Amino acid sequence: MGDFLLYPELLTEMNPKHLNSLTIVQALKALAKKQISIDEIYESVNLAVKNNQNLNIYLSLNSQAQKQAQKANKTNLPLAGLPIAVKDNYCTKGLKTTASAKVLDNFIPEFDATVIQHLQKAGGVVLGKTNMDAWAHGSSTETSDYGRTLNPRNPDYLPGGSSGGTAAAVAANTCIAGLGTETAGSIRQPSAWCGVVGLKPTYGRVSRSGIVAMASSTDSPGPITKTVTDAALLLQQIAGLDLKDSTTNPVPVPDFAQDLKRGIGDLKIGLLYHDVPELKKVMNLIEPELKVFERLGAHLEPVKALDPHYAISVYTIVQRAEVSSNLARYTGVRYGLDRSHFAAEARRRIMLGTFTLSKGYADQYYKTAQKVRTLYRQDFAKLFGHYDLLISLSSPGFAKKIGVTAGEAMFGELEDLILEPSSIVGLPGLNVPCYRDPKTNLFLGLNIMAPMWREDLILRAGYAFEQATNWNEWAKND
Amino acid sequence: MIKFTPAQVKHVANLANIPVDAKAETKLAKDFADTLEVIANLQELDVSQTEPTHQVTGLENVWREDKVTKELMFTQDQATANAQQTDGGFFIVPRIIDRDES
Repeated sequence: MGDFLLYPELLTEMNPKHLNSLTIVQALKALAKKQISIDEIYESVNLAVKNNQNLNIYLSLNSQAQKQAQKANKTNLPLAGLPIAVKDNYCTKGLKTTASAKVLDNFIPEFDATVIQHLQKAGGVVLGKTNMDAWAHGSSTETSDYGRTLNPRNPDYLPGGSSGGTAAAVAANTCIAGLGTETAGSIRQPSAWCGVVGLKPTYGRVSRSGIVAMASSTDSPGPITKTVTDAALLLQQIAGLDLKDSTTNPVPVPDFAQDLKRGIGDLKIGLLYHDVPELKKVMNLIEPELKVFERLGAHLEPVKALDPHYAISVYTIVQRAEVSSNLARYTGVRYGLDRSHFAAEARRRIMLGTFTLSKGYADQYYKTAQKVRTLYRQDFAKLFGHYDLLISLSSPGFAKKIGVTAGEAMFGELEDLILEPSSIVGLPGLNVPCYRDPKTNLFLGLNIMAPMWREDLILRAGYAFEQATNWNEWAKND
Repeated sequence: MIKFTPAQVKHVANLANIPVDAKAETKLAKDFADTLEVIANLQELDVSQTEPTHQVTGLENVWREDKVTKELMFTQDQATANAQQTDGGFFIVPRIIDRDES
């Protein structure tokens, strides 16, 4: 019993019903000490899944999960059989994969995405597939062909998206950790809205092979977790060169846990987008939180960056162009249903992308967008010449009410305003909860960005912030 | 104001192989005009001397050895497992020759 004093909430956890709220780190420790069993974790998680069905988090559940977990647990693998919520755009062998789109309503993959192979090799188990914006086109989960997911922090509100199902799964403790994907905000924005940790790795750090393609030049799979330490642990298992994705990079994968607790006393941090009008209402709420960085010894100062509103346009053009190409494969011949099954949002994006790539318009739109993308690369290169890290909010505000996206053709782009610049240039970014509104129970998130391949730095800063503040309940016993 | 006509929607829909009815054409024309209005801000920037960025990996000419990797291949059964219509291990595809285009 003595060990439980380290984890105050574990005192009540002799009752297996609460084991679903464990982090990866806590679960691994308790399993190693044989204080709990893998079966008890699954009983608890399965119960939580059942009790939260009203939130519409999971589209399908893996009926073999517990059996696979028992096997993984016996063989001493690093993730010990822990249940992981997986966004429904990761191909999972024998388990329906729809990307929340009716076109793939009948699709049962014959292979696992590379990330899923890595996860299973490390002893992680796919618990189920989570809801998302159809094809990942959105920032709300309202464009899912299978109905919206509700925000577990307050079910009158949306979870964000496109990885809204995974973020909600983590927030509702219906898994131990989760996997999402981000093209421009789809990990960080729902993580911010649901009050969880979300890590968008450097483009090319994690393989895209076997993930339903959206915008191939920015798609980045990554973890959504309860704590920063868990994000580091999960990234460790899924990162690395993959011969099946030629955009993955041969740069070595460092040990992300190694320097995690080193502190940020030596870092120079630039504060971005504090003067963007859309952020005015919430910037003052996080003023005291920004002071935390100085208290921890870092040097923080506001800095001027290229206006993020241009990135909305770059992203809109590039994303739709790549979508029109990637979604051309869905003909209903080899798998899935025919093109009449595309819902409104996908149609809009495919057609606009087709337009901006068409003869007479490609130079005006597509080529111009790619040139402005260069301006952002140059701007970030200049900023990182002066600063080790850049921080901003993850979203212009709190989660929005259900129904808000109806008739809004640009909802996602405007929501992801401050994440788009770093996404289109491939930078890594981490969302950590940084404020909770006591009235609505909704969260704001801080977005911490570093140069390419420096996830170690954002994890270090995220961990230091998480430990120095009280916004993350799970991190208290980390 | 940027204009986008239902006729343009029809043309793009045809290129994209997306079935669209007349009512949707009008609505999409407005959606596209709205979106093009938002992204018109790129014209404010001078990019005449700027090279485009098509990818951010810094990698060039990524090759692999030209050899068959059996583990990465589907069997014929696996390849056709998700198809709606097959015949003797082959996909049945829509007719594209001698098709009635009326």
